[in-house]
Amino acid sequence: MAIIEARNLTYTYPYAESPAFKDVTLRIERGEFILLTGPSGCGKTTLCRCFNGLIPHFYGGKLEGEITVAGLRTIEHPIHEIAQHVGLVFQNPENQLFALTIEKDVAFGLENLGLPRDEMRRRVDWALKVTGIYDLKNRAPFEVFGGQQQRVAIASVLAMQPEVIVLDEPTSFLDPLSARNILGVINRLNKELGITIILVEHRLDLASRYANRVIVMNEGQIILDGEPRKVFLENEAALIGVGIPKVVRLYMLLKRAGLNIGRVPLSPEELSKSIMEALIFDRG
Amino acid sequence: MIEVEDVYFTYPNGVEALKGVSLKITSGEFVAIMGQNGAGKTTLVKHFNGLLKPTKGKVLVDDVDTRHVSVATLARKVGFVFQNPDHQLFSETVEDEISFALKNFGFDEKTIRDRVDWALNILDLTRYRKTSPFMLSGGERKRVALASVLAWDPKILILDEPSIGQDRNQKERLRQFILQMNHQGKTVVIVTHDIEFVAECEPRVILMANGKIVADGDAKSVLTDPDLIAKSWLLLPEITNVLLNLNDLGFPTNVMDVFEAGDLIIERTGWARK
Amino acid sequence: MSMFDGLKFRNISSPIHRIDPRAKFIYVLTFFIIAVFFNQLIPLLILFFSQIPLIIIAKVKKEWLRLIKGSSFFATIIFIMNVISLYFYSGYSSLASIIEQASAMTVRFIVLVESFSIFFLTTSPDMLGLSLEQIGIPYEFCFAFTTAIRFVPILAEEAQTIIDAQRARGLELEGENFMKRIRNYVPILIPLIVNAIRRSLELAEAMESRAWGATEKRTTLYMLKMERRDYCLILISALMLVASLYAWLFIKIPTMTQILNIQG
Repeated sequence: MAIIEARNLTYTYPYAESPAFKDVTLRIERGEFILLTGPSGCGKTTLCRCFNGLIPHFYGGKLEGEITVAGLRTIEHPIHEIAQHVGLVFQNPENQLFALTIEKDVAFGLENLGLPRDEMRRRVDWALKVTGIYDLKNRAPFEVFGGQQQRVAIASVLAMQPEVIVLDEPTSFLDPLSARNILGVINRLNKELGITIILVEHRLDLASRYANRVIVMNEGQIILDGEPRKVFLENEAALIGVGIPKVVRLYMLLKRAGLNIGRVPLSPEELSKSIMEALIFDRG
Repeated sequence: MIEVEDVYFTYPNGVEALKGVSLKITSGEFVAIMGQNGAGKTTLVKHFNGLLKPTKGKVLVDDVDTRHVSVATLARKVGFVFQNPDHQLFSETVEDEISFALKNFGFDEKTIRDRVDWALNILDLTRYRKTSPFMLSGGERKRVALASVLAWDPKILILDEPSIGQDRNQKERLRQFILQMNHQGKTVVIVTHDIEFVAECEPRVILMANGKIVADGDAKSVLTDPDLIAKSWLLLPEITNVLLNLNDLGFPTNVMDVFEAGDLIIERTGWARK
Repeated sequence: MSMFDGLKFRNISSPIHRIDPRAKFIYVLTFFIIAVFFNQLIPLLILFFSQIPLIIIAKVKKEWLRLIKGSSFFATIIFIMNVISLYFYSGYSSLASIIEQASAMTVRFIVLVESFSIFFLTTSPDMLGLSLEQIGIPYEFCFAFTTAIRFVPILAEEAQTIIDAQRARGLELEGENFMKRIRNYVPILIPLIVNAIRRSLELAEAMESRAWGATEKRTTLYMLKMERRDYCLILISALMLVASLYAWLFIKIPTMTQILNIQG
């Protein structure tokens, strides 16, 4: 059964003249790693807010169509109920951390749920270990670097043991190395813990290798949806606006020049390997 | 012309942000100052318009020691666009926002009108003249902030993380805009950790780590050097990575452009076929 | 700004940091009361110096010194005001006793500041919030309190960035007349307010996403428990209070002037 299912979903913010997105139909299966991308203002952040009920409960406005998350119709259930199934990580780490120690921050959601203390302690320690910040647990969140702050944010939704984690441009304020490391953590959540990931990201070069599916939005609509290698291959023109990875562009260039080269690469290593094989094959 | 002579800077809370930085930026150059968050990039450029004064050493802008002049005087020459436009936008209309600095600098009314028109036009904002900046999208707000600095036509333009949070098209427009400004003779300094963006602009690159300069040279030689990149906790450009893995086949590794790499590889297959 | 550093929590570990905030508060309150009891210089000086070992144990000497330095401006004003008013309105005839009396008032002020400083420097706002919660104050208030404290440094930093951004556009904050100066703060206040609103909306969104309000019976990760050392501190405070009450009632405290035998 699908973990998220949206049918003909259209949403208009209060006082807005036109909908932020319209007629979105989407089915996300358990365990998928989805890369959601598109130019600024395409409606991807708004869509994320529908996944845990922030829309319509927090934002108001007009939501039409059907959306079911983990078997719950989000319109009928309060945010705190949906939040136990879907964790949301935001762009700016500074504005999603509340406490003065990291472990207390990770416990925040569990405290809200009224969990007994020993259960809470167990889950907090587990989440801190999975995200690799256990040693920092007594530090204040605003004392540590941006990349570590974002790990705290991830740990704090992870502690609630959700089935889905949605991350809205979690790396956009981070330097490249921290960004790559955070994406690695997110990938582990998916591959090792089986958590469904929906990642909104501009850095396709670093993120697409982990995804099994890329969804591209433009002007409030889904324009492409499929396996990354297929999406990148068939729709170069449509992807120009969202920044197709350079390795894919190089691959395409070589292919057009007649080089017999393997499948679409999602990382520099894959492309190097294909080129190496192609060159050796040519020679032989 | 900016000269930085052995500058040290320590924040009041005791953090040593710069530890002996020396460099010279000549008029008309295009420079990218790169490094990890916390490397001291922004601290360094805040010395260029006098927002910060060195704890030790000195900074000269057109031969004037920044310690002896006000920020406002330096700002006439050195325009500084901050990373987050929301830290500066406050006016009721875009037009007012852009004329704010012009009024501070005491331009006459006609000049203000002309300059505002020019800045609106060059950043494609004319249709928002009477709109509140708070109603605009993030990318548009960034352009208003840029226009509000560009309006007084400073000789030197400093952009702090201009590409952060921008999508592909916005980045490309930004790149063309920067190159155009630089082509018209402005000195442009960008502070960034966006490697692919810098790889496309190919400016002079100054690499910083832990409050020191670790490399200074053209983009290609600095960004494709694995040791330097590792030392400053950045990542190599994608294409460089591809060619680095092909080093055994005798490919050069100092490449970061898609087309250049394409040509090299295609040439090789031609050779292989013969 | 530097003066406020003397009130900002230092996240280090020391025996003083580990004391239960409630016990620590009782201790500080006791000091406060004793300082108000006495108006002679000698007991106030004793109070002042008796705090110093605590400050050293708590490893907050630097911040404490900064606070004392920062409050010296107010201390000077208090001193001068006292000298003036004592000279004109009281029966003190000798200059020495006027100065002694004024000094006593100044030291009293510093002792009050000092005891607050020890409390805030060594008590995590989290713990403070928690102790408020445990004495029965509704969680919403405690949360608002800790969040406010957490965001003070961030807002201060943001204000500095905004000031820098506007100065880089030629805004001058010094000089000229009062009205003009007020007007010059508009370009700083508006972005500050707009950003604070934006930030609070994002915070609210994040709170909702972490199941805020899921249950009436909220639990907490930490639990404050009074231990032996905390009860000890409360006992010490009580003894101090009794002792000083006794001294105040039955012992005639000599003045500095008498001890040094200075004649007016």
